[in-house]
Amino acid sequence: MMVQAPILALILADVLTLLLLVPAAVFAAEVLRHWDLSSGHARQLRLEKRTFLIGTALGLVFLAQLAVLPLFVHTVDRMALQIVGAMCAVGTLNANAWGFPALWLRILLFFLAAAWLVLHRLDGRAPSYPLTRAKYALLLAIVPLAGAAAAVQLAFFLRLEPDVITSCCGSLFSQGAESVTAHMAGLPALPAMVALYGVLGLVLATGVVYLRWRRGLVLFGGLSALAFPVAIAAVVAFVSLYVYEHPLHHCPFCLLKREYGYVGYALYLPLFGATALGLGLGLAAALARRDGVQQVLAQGAPRLVVTAGAGFALFAALTAWLSWQSNLILLGY
Amino acid sequence: MTERGGVLARQRYLADYTVAAMARRRARNLGLLAVYGGMVFVLASVLFYTSALKHEAGLLLAEAPEIVVQRMIAGRHDLIPGGHTAALTGIRGVREVQPRLWGYHYDAAVRANYTLMVPPDRDLEPGTAVIGPALARARGASAGDMLSFRGHDGALTAFRIDAVLPQASTLASADLLLVAEKDFRRLFGIPEDRHTDLALHVPNPREVQTVAEKVLEALPDSRPILRDEILRTYDAVFDWRSALVLLPLSGALLAFAILAWEKASGLSADERREIGILKAIGWETSDVLQMKLWEGALISLLAFLLGTTAAYWHVFGLSAPLLAPVMQGWSVLYPDFRLTPTVSATQLLTLFFLTVFPYLVATLVPVWRAAVTDPDEVMR
Repeated sequence: MMVQAPILALILADVLTLLLLVPAAVFAAEVLRHWDLSSGHARQLRLEKRTFLIGTALGLVFLAQLAVLPLFVHTVDRMALQIVGAMCAVGTLNANAWGFPALWLRILLFFLAAAWLVLHRLDGRAPSYPLTRAKYALLLAIVPLAGAAAAVQLAFFLRLEPDVITSCCGSLFSQGAESVTAHMAGLPALPAMVALYGVLGLVLATGVVYLRWRRGLVLFGGLSALAFPVAIAAVVAFVSLYVYEHPLHHCPFCLLKREYGYVGYALYLPLFGATALGLGLGLAAALARRDGVQQVLAQGAPRLVVTAGAGFALFAALTAWLSWQSNLILLGY
Repeated sequence: MTERGGVLARQRYLADYTVAAMARRRARNLGLLAVYGGMVFVLASVLFYTSALKHEAGLLLAEAPEIVVQRMIAGRHDLIPGGHTAALTGIRGVREVQPRLWGYHYDAAVRANYTLMVPPDRDLEPGTAVIGPALARARGASAGDMLSFRGHDGALTAFRIDAVLPQASTLASADLLLVAEKDFRRLFGIPEDRHTDLALHVPNPREVQTVAEKVLEALPDSRPILRDEILRTYDAVFDWRSALVLLPLSGALLAFAILAWEKASGLSADERREIGILKAIGWETSDVLQMKLWEGALISLLAFLLGTTAAYWHVFGLSAPLLAPVMQGWSVLYPDFRLTPTVSATQLLTLFFLTVFPYLVATLVPVWRAAVTDPDEVMR
């Protein structure tokens, strides 16, 4: 186990997140059983009051996830110093089997928390609270996921052994010990480019279709969810290469470093934000079977669709510009 | 008014109102701010100090040789014979093998250890010495004075001080005493063909590992130590020490969370009336909740700014007098050095999760409870 301040902070963040979520799950079960807006029963009034608490708690969880992601990546990156063969975050995450699963679970948790907040916001706009049951059903799915994310991350840190000198032996660490894989392999550049701009184009097109005819919001959400893995694959396949100007350096994390002007933040913030919004909207639309929700969607969704679309467009523009101005040539003319 | 302008303006009015409300309860909020800021200050000091020490260690080791070879006998470090030096010069990838002479000497007069060294890059006259700044302070010596030491056979050896090393590089050279090779051998009784260890210069970092393996093959009784290994170890040690300082503070963190909970849930009669009136004139539960959240956010922001600023000054301005004894280890002749300011996003995020996030979680329930009180409950 590596004991250091950022790791303690990450573990504390997980503990507090679960502290917020577990009571919320108990409450969610109660809502699914007893929620009845037409009743004037004392229990119903209590439930209605408590939704404010849960909404705020989930807002805090989301805020925490938003800050945990960069902290996790930077901490893991810094730890590469203490592990033989690791050069950056990729090496550390590869040091045992739990590293990458921990990261993926984190990202998934972030998206679901964001989607929940989108539902919550749309729900609060209608007097009949039409999305309440759906919202709390989703919450019941989020809580075990948060538990899994916390457990996997803990396992990752507990099994991480720094390769340091002990006073008794001068054994060479890399001799005979397998050193970690420090690199990521990427797809070929051209198919990745075609896939990226194709998917982003489709997302934007469905967004426009929705804004014009108020149809196809579910499709927009689905494509947003698809756009994320494609975008990450594209970053690994060619965007990173163009930024580093190095034909073999595929790391999606080094983009977040100072050497490259923190360009990773400019790429990932709009991408993550847009994906989260799209996912929430798609979920809300898929659940919109009642008239109340349709109306709420018609009021609240367009602006969110525009915001999400702008995020994807920004990501597309930025990747294109980075590829354009790079001195590296990947594609022959 | 457009919807967007409405949202922004609304938040601004809420923030305005919150600031005014907080100013009315100045004493209570100042007390909380002091405790909160103090908490941030202590944790931030530990974090800043750790990373600054790591930074210094990295700078120091940047100058160190890539590989140091020691001879081991029965698991103990022993002097290395001249034949070993010859055996290593032929290894491909090694640009230079440099036999080194260094050791420690306990000085009963100031009750401290010196590091004695034969400098590889300057020729000293036998009988003269160059000393480090901390040593000069301890013995009250300056250039031109005489210092004498009792050698391994009890004979006194006197040195005339040639120069005092500059302050700039003090972390490495504070307790240093540079002497000529002849004097060093006489002082410690080391025969002519023996050295303390060998420093290998390997220009290509990718070959270091292979060279070290070849050293082991050529000299099975030796122990190669790589610079990277030392750096890794330093890094881990400083991390471990900072966590060791942080862990006892977790009790303080818990106390702080309880205090925050208490502060937030202890609604005075005044406040309850205020919330009741707000509700009566048409404020929604969510408005009151937002106002209360604004309150928490403002206190957190202020405490965070105050705490980190004070910690920055404490660590980089004053060299962390409150932490130094625990964190940097212990030595009589410790250098006093200025740390290079290093503040990173990682530290600030870590601080956020160790202070602000627990505060927000602790105050959540009391804040909500205040927001959902019905006006008729408090107006009675």
